[in-house]
Order: sequence, then C-alpha cells, then structure tokens
Amino acid sequence: MSTLTPAAPRNTVQAPAGNTGSRRRGKTRMDPTRNSTAAGIAAWLLALLFASPVVWMILTSFHSETDAATNPPSVAATLTLDAYREFFGETSGVSPWPSLINSATASILSTVLVLVLAIPAAYALSIRPVKKWTDVMFFFLSTKMMPVVAAILPLYLFARTVGALDNIWFLILMYTSMNLPIAVWMMRSFLAEVPEEMLEAAQIDGANLLLILRKVIAPVAMPGIAATALICFIFSWNELLLARVLTGVVAGTAPVFLTGFVSGQGLFLAKVCAAAVVISLPVLFAGFAAQDKLVQGLSLGAVK
Amino acid sequence: MTTATARISRPGHTAAKPARTAKSRERALAWARRAPLLPALVFLIVVTQLPFVVTLIISFLNWNSLSPTKTAFAGLENYVTVLTDPDLRQAIFTTIILTVSVVLASLLIGLGLALLLDKKFIGRGLARTLLIAPFLVVPVAAALIWKHALLNPAYGLVNGILTWLWSLFGSATPPQLDLLSQAPLAAVTVSLVWQWTPFMMLILLAGLQSRPMDTVEAAQMDGATPWAIFQHLTLPHLRQYLELGGLLGAIYIVQNFDSVFTLTAGGLGTANLPYAIYQTFYYANEYGLASAAGVVVVIGTIIVATFALRTVFSLFKKEAAR
Repeated sequence: MSTLTPAAPRNTVQAPAGNTGSRRRGKTRMDPTRNSTAAGIAAWLLALLFASPVVWMILTSFHSETDAATNPPSVAATLTLDAYREFFGETSGVSPWPSLINSATASILSTVLVLVLAIPAAYALSIRPVKKWTDVMFFFLSTKMMPVVAAILPLYLFARTVGALDNIWFLILMYTSMNLPIAVWMMRSFLAEVPEEMLEAAQIDGANLLLILRKVIAPVAMPGIAATALICFIFSWNELLLARVLTGVVAGTAPVFLTGFVSGQGLFLAKVCAAAVVISLPVLFAGFAAQDKLVQGLSLGAVK
Repeated sequence: MTTATARISRPGHTAAKPARTAKSRERALAWARRAPLLPALVFLIVVTQLPFVVTLIISFLNWNSLSPTKTAFAGLENYVTVLTDPDLRQAIFTTIILTVSVVLASLLIGLGLALLLDKKFIGRGLARTLLIAPFLVVPVAAALIWKHALLNPAYGLVNGILTWLWSLFGSATPPQLDLLSQAPLAAVTVSLVWQWTPFMMLILLAGLQSRPMDTVEAAQMDGATPWAIFQHLTLPHLRQYLELGGLLGAIYIVQNFDSVFTLTAGGLGTANLPYAIYQTFYYANEYGLASAAGVVVVIGTIIVATFALRTVFSLFKKEAAR
C-alpha cells in the first residue's frame, strides 16, 4: 500500500517539466483521470450542495434575527455581529466561555494523555514488537467497537459514588480511553514507517535509546503524531453522550451548552447559527490541518 | 523485524553464561519489551472492560434506583422485557433501519463523489475541501442547524428555496415540507447521510488512488469500455474499501446519540437504542433494564464487528507484509 498522501500520485502525473515530462504527458493521454469537464461540473455542483448547509449556517450567523427568519430566505440581508454578541451573553448574561474552556481542557489534556500512553505502546507494537503483537492490536480495536452506552451506567454509578460527577478530570479519563485505541492503531502505522536500516545503523553506532528516539524515530513519526493528536482532539471536542451524563453546571462542555441553548422562545435562528459556528471552528481548523491524514485516522490506520 | 528481534535477544556474550541466568535474562528482556505497552493496556482494561462486566451483572438485576429496597436478582427478565416491550422493540427496529439506510446511502453517494474526484478538473482540491466540510461541523451543531436553519417548516432553507423557486413561476402556493413532524426518521437519516458521506468518500477515494494504474492502462489499450473497466477492475479493487467504510460507518452510526437527541428528542419512533438506553437509566432510573438493552447493543455490535475486524485484518496483513 502506498505511503503517499491521497493527492500525491496525481501530482506526479501533472508534472509538466523535467526529463520525465514527455513520458508523463504520453501517459496522461491514456490516463482515465484526464481533464474531464463533465465530471468537474458534476463534482462542483455536488460539492456546493454538500457545503451549502455550512455556508448557510455561516451566512445566517451574520444576519439579524428578523432577517434570518424569513421565507423565502433573505440572502442579501445586511450583515451584523448581533448574533455573536447574543451568543456570548450580551443580554442573557449567560457566558459560553466556561463551557468552551471545559471543552478545550478536556480535549487538549485527554489528547496529551492519549499520546503519552499510545506512543510507547505503538513502539512496543512496531519497532520492538512484543510476541503476538497482532493479537494486542485487535484487542485495542475491539474496545473501540464496544458502544459507549454499554458501559456508561457503571461509569456513571462509579463517578457518583466517588464524587467524580461533574468533574472535568473524570471526563478527561473517559475521553482518553475513547481515543486510545485509535491513537495506538494510527501511531503503529506511522512508527512502522521508520526504516529498519536506520535503526540498526544507529544501534551499531552505539546510540542509546533516547538518542535513537530523538534523532531517528521522532523526525519520521512527527507528522503522524501531529495528525493523531488533531484527530483525537476532534473526537473529544465533538463528544456529547458522556459529557451529557457525567457533567453538569461546573464541568459541562460546549456540546452540552449547545443542547441547552435553544429555549424555543422568540427568534433564535441567527444565535443558534453563531453558536454552531463558534463551537465548530476548532474542529474545522483541526480537520483541515489534518486533512491528508484524516482517512488514515478515521479508518484506524487501515487505509493510507 | 524478526532479524532485529533475534539480534537483540541474543547478544554475543550471554551465550557463555550459565543457562539459568540466560533464561532469566531472556525473561527480563521480554518484560522490557512489554513494559511500554502495559500502561495503555491496563488503562483500557480498567476503563472499558470492567464497566462492561458490571453492566453484564446489573443486566440480571431488578434494579430501579427510585426504589432501591426492591433490588433483587431478576434472571433473564430484563432481556425478555427488552425484546417484548413495544418501545424498546421499536428502538431496536429504528436502530437497524437508521444504520442500514444511512450506511447504504452515504456509501453510494460517497462512491459517486469519489469517482468524480478521481478525475482531474479545475479546482479539484477546493471541491474536495468543500465536500469534507460537513464532517467537520460538531455533530450537535450540525443537528441544530438541520433542525432550525434547514428543516424548520416556517423559515428553514429547504422550504425557503421551494417558495423562491415557485415564485419564479409566479406561484404563491409553493409546496412546503415538514419533514421533522411528518417523517422524523427521514429527517434524522438525511442529516446523518450528509455528515457521513464525506467519510465514505475519503476512504473510497484513497482506495481509488491506490489502484494499480498499469492494468487500467493495459485494459484501455485493449479497447475496454469505461464501464467494463469499472466493473472488472475498479469495483473488485474497491470491494474491501467499500466493506471497510460500510462496517466502520455501521459501528459509528449504531452508536449515534447526538442527532436523535437533538433533532427529534427520540419522539415519533426515532428513538434508537443508545437514546432509549439513555432515557431508561437517566430518566426512568431502570438500571437493570438499561443494562440489558446495553448488552443487546453489544451483541449486535459484535456481530457487525466480526465482519469489520476481518476486513480491517485483510488490509492490515497487506500493509504489514509490505
């Protein structure tokens, strides 16, 4: 399986210059992926259709409540930041900041914990593998397949008994366990890319483990670590069920805040859109940053 | 890897030492190998496997936290209730319908999009980015947008566009949809298909781009039609990617809670098992019953997961053999 990023193979076909240019061009003529106007138009129409809810969400968030609630829609209405002011509690006095900070805390700290646990584990599954390492891999994967609802009641009862309900640290541990299998699978596939000859050469030169980790493994694995971190961050940030059950007023995360946000009183459409935009922004940034490795993470490292 | 293993575990000078020391040394080395793995393994067992064992135990109890004195062993009573109670049976049915329809629809649309994106056209990178966008909206936020900004019968975008289109032809009585109250399950399905199509598309696109182009070119030279190439070369190659996407998608969508919770609050026959379980223990306080329903979900997931694991394993073996 190719280690190239999804877009890379096509780029080589596109390369116009260089001494391989004429040969490439010859191939391009045969290539079924040659410029296709019809496919381009169809793809663009569908892309716009799929993106339209997101575009509409962003546009509506900059409209006033009265302009947002019209039929037919007022596309060209005046833009305003009122909805954002409302979301940040200008009139209600209810600030979303505590929940956003809780979300950031839970997502970032659980991601750090995941990496601390997953990187050594992946090392013991790829570079210096334990016996039956494939069995261990599939054990990790099987835990991810167990639905959260099947374990949530004992976790809830445990948290209530020890007084960990509405405690961000308990949520952090839950998110760590939720993302650890994915991270182990991803990290293993990245560490497996470290060339064996380089490891052997370093060992023969008498480099110690720390030096090997820093000089040989880290440079190869760094992009993988970054992608793993971004994907774990997204999953934690998005999570609702655990947060809904295990947190309340103190440790409630942004998705929990969002579910209690719609009062059903009066006009609130622009405000909901503004809230959705603000809460989705970190995920949009993280997602686009990890775009090339997104498939690998979502398929648990099975597809590159 | 195996050559490295042999070299590390048998350094030259240990051969000269007595057999017993060599053996204990070997054992120590094996533990040194396992050590980095243990924290992650122990942590996962404690946080995911132990609670499930407790769920299994509670599922055999008659336990409602509102009347704690009546807690007693219930045998299979909870399981009988899960399978006979009309609401819970409906939840099982809803879960299956929702999962199957979302997975199939998003796989088909995802396949179409992946085939289009595999072609070269102006702005392909940007189109790909736009297509990923639905997957990068926080699921709760996406569900709220679908509920209020798109599907709201009075001022949602869908009805807004219908009004606008009809007014172009001078009609003042456009058809208006009210999916949320007339076909709530369809509303949940549509919003989930919108969110999951990018996932399928990305996996299938990766599959398409890993396809060996020389055989495709050879087939073209021999005058094979595009449809024949798709049928006999592309589709067989994509098979395992289709399986992987479908099964991973199924595992995620069976567990869906956010959309049902936000879009319909489980009303009008849209409550799937995760939502029903949440209601049963969080509001009805029926701990035993909720646990039994949880075990049923796990059994269902295991059935799907066995297939998923096999697919992942075949891809994994290929990659490991690389």
